[in-house]
Amino acid sequence: MILPKLQHAPASRPGDRARTMKSELLHINMGPQHPSTHGVLRLFITTDGEVVHSVTPYIGYLHRCAEKKAEGNTYHQYIVYTDRMDYLSAMNSNWGYCMAVEKLMEINGMGVEIPEYAEYVRVIIAELNRIASHLIAFGTYGLDIGAMTPFFHALREREAILNIFEKVCGARLMYSYYVVGGVKWDIPPDALEEIELFVKLFPDKLREYNELLTTNKIFVERTANVGVIDEDLAVAYGCTGPVLRGAGVKWDLRKDQGYSIYDRFDFEIPVGGGDMGTVGDCWDRYWVRMLEMEQSLAIVEQALQQMPREGEIMAEMPRRLKIPNSEVFFRSECPKGELGFYILSDGGDVPFRCKVRSPAFHNLHVIEEVGAGQMISDLVATVGSLDLVLGEIDR
Amino acid sequence: MAAETRGPRRNPEEAFNAVGDHIGGDREQLLSFGTDEDLASVVQPGSDLVILAQVQSLFRWAQLSSIWPMTFGLACCAIEMMSAAGTRYDLDRFGAGAMRATPRQSDLMIVSGTVTAKMATRVKRLYDQMPDPKWVIAMGSCAIGGGPYFKHGYHVVKGVDMMIPVDVYVPGCPPRPEVLLEGLMRLQDKIRGKKGRLVRPKWIDDYITRIPD
Repeated sequence: MILPKLQHAPASRPGDRARTMKSELLHINMGPQHPSTHGVLRLFITTDGEVVHSVTPYIGYLHRCAEKKAEGNTYHQYIVYTDRMDYLSAMNSNWGYCMAVEKLMEINGMGVEIPEYAEYVRVIIAELNRIASHLIAFGTYGLDIGAMTPFFHALREREAILNIFEKVCGARLMYSYYVVGGVKWDIPPDALEEIELFVKLFPDKLREYNELLTTNKIFVERTANVGVIDEDLAVAYGCTGPVLRGAGVKWDLRKDQGYSIYDRFDFEIPVGGGDMGTVGDCWDRYWVRMLEMEQSLAIVEQALQQMPREGEIMAEMPRRLKIPNSEVFFRSECPKGELGFYILSDGGDVPFRCKVRSPAFHNLHVIEEVGAGQMISDLVATVGSLDLVLGEIDR
Repeated sequence: MAAETRGPRRNPEEAFNAVGDHIGGDREQLLSFGTDEDLASVVQPGSDLVILAQVQSLFRWAQLSSIWPMTFGLACCAIEMMSAAGTRYDLDRFGAGAMRATPRQSDLMIVSGTVTAKMATRVKRLYDQMPDPKWVIAMGSCAIGGGPYFKHGYHVVKGVDMMIPVDVYVPGCPPRPEVLLEGLMRLQDKIRGKKGRLVRPKWIDDYITRIPD
């Protein structure tokens, strides 16, 4: 890693004591208990005064053996552990894993066709969860920067989404709603009404957020031109999701890979354009998330219109799932980026090995490159804009 | 009319008698004086009542009315803890909304999430850094006993009470914010001096009677 040159503040007067004072590097641990590292991330920072000389992330404080657990649980039982990886968007994690297993079955000629109705239910619920995840990102990013109010506004709307999820599957955070071959329960009629109401009311709330935080002068000063991740850097580090799109790269698996029934909806992929500063700065990443909420809402709206009135929610599945020796890698677009599952089966009813490619893990490591040379307060803004979830990084 | 809209208020004399009963009672009752209801009923603007109580119980009343928790999010349960502090559930109603970012200013540690082997020493150190009196709530099944990672969880500590003393266990995976609020109220009871008791739900008794011998 090449460190940028240190910039020392020039002495204010000739003969100032500061000029002759020898500057020393100071080692600081930021975390694992720190309010703005979003969990138990530890950043080892070497500072020169207020300027960060180098920053190294240390992870593993939440390593919960999730990949090992796959080797002792059947294909269906493992779904509950995918919930606990990215706990802000558990529906999307469930879906990614289920699609990987469905793909694995298809390779072995055991393919099941997901009923059309179930596909629509999957899309609606996943997009609602994307909004809920981005709402937390928006709220906590405000907290990191020093704005307390947006957090409460964001949680208010998130509770509305969680209400819908409670009616659909009974849980607030850990859903296990998607199963291999479909979904577990039908959406009850009152939940459908609530989704329609949410779609109607949410655009107003988005406008409110934009007035509250997006165009706030202090917020823009803190985030524009800060933590710039350009296109080359983002691609080189394997960044995905809003971090990659914030750098101006138009890459979204929902369109570029086209899984499920996303080709039936008309939506755009928002990219960062450097509206407030440079392309790929913290503000761009934040703004991409705000725009993505709009697009998710559009997808939900279209899905509600196109959705058949009723239908099957599950395909015909074998009672006990045994998959012959084969392997698959399947990735899907989660709110944080591309979530990939590599599953190796050996003929038994449990996977032989399950490797998870988590988006936040790859997004985190760009901090080594971006963080060096920043002020400490800007480092907080940069870490917040990456929207990390430690459950997914450490697994 | 104005007094009626404010709701029922206790007559100061009546309230004084109520406190007098407390003081005249046995030692256990005397210690339990200092609940917020008692004080709120007695301390009224304009009244010149003298309250007799043990200093200790007054301190307890102050402590249980302003428990400052530490923002100590470990895993998924931290999101539910945030929700509890957020808009709908509003932890601040119980005097526990002032989340402190440092252990040195906090009274309560909510261990919200999985404690791993790597994190365990840090949890212990954070607990040691908190000033007395201090309390711990183990939130979620991971903090209680390993939870879903009990089997094959080679890096998961099977319960935070192996490291630090726990006052209240809040079960669930993750517990709903209401359950965390309930746990907080039980902690307030504990600070108040109430003895804990095992309450068996009625349905278990009903079920037991139906089991044939």
